[in-house]
Amino acid sequence: MSRGSRIGDVLGHGSAREGVQHWWQLRTTSAALAVLGVWFVMAVLTLPDLGYASVTAWAARPFNAVLLLLFVAVTTWHSALGLQVVVEDYVPGKGVRLLVIVLLRFAHVLVGAAAVLAVLKLAIGGRA
Amino acid sequence: MPTPNRPLSPHLQVYRPMYTMVLSMTHRASGVFQSLGLALLVGWLMAAASGAEAYATAARFFSHALVRALLAAWVVAFWYHLFAGIRHLVWDAGYGFDTQTARRSGKLVVMLAVLASLFTLALAWRHLGAQP
Repeated sequence: MSRGSRIGDVLGHGSAREGVQHWWQLRTTSAALAVLGVWFVMAVLTLPDLGYASVTAWAARPFNAVLLLLFVAVTTWHSALGLQVVVEDYVPGKGVRLLVIVLLRFAHVLVGAAAVLAVLKLAIGGRA
Repeated sequence: MPTPNRPLSPHLQVYRPMYTMVLSMTHRASGVFQSLGLALLVGWLMAAASGAEAYATAARFFSHALVRALLAAWVVAFWYHLFAGIRHLVWDAGYGFDTQTARRSGKLVVMLAVLASLFTLALAWRHLGAQP
């Protein structure tokens, strides 16, 4: 007599160690964003003005560029994880739910790639 | 083996409405709302990376009254989500679960979010006029 669950009954039906990782990443990214987010809001709003010259000069400074890079990357990751939890809770139907999660993940990879490229170009790309 | 009638954990419609519940929903809502704002943030950075002309176009977009109202709403969502998130982290660490403490920390979160939002919006106010 087999004591375990058949593999087909359990695959894709819940946390096989990934859930804990997801949970931890949502919390560690939130802790990081509590610092990075406040830095970003305060740094941008205390610029002398929000014109092209001021903003690009600010983003080109290495210290700012590093924090900005981390801010957009961690924000994108936190957003992907957080929206996934909301979708898992409120979207009925396994197929639709999976589709929405995958599409959201694609969207976040796109947004994250764009953000990282923009920050790197501002930091080391020279004149546009 | 399909199990269609498994018990559900108690959810929103089951409970008597309370403000702590509204705070919890607002935490999620402010998170989802900020995810939308992420697209605008990245658009702004892409515009800055693309050059002065693209940045000027973005600046015109951001100076629209509706977009400014949205930006102000994002400021409020940011601070609320941050303080409510810290409250959640404290819970995750195992503290503050009793009813009295949870209600008081909820009020504290709202107060801090309002104060920080007012401060931030005051800082943002001076950028409203000039866009060199």
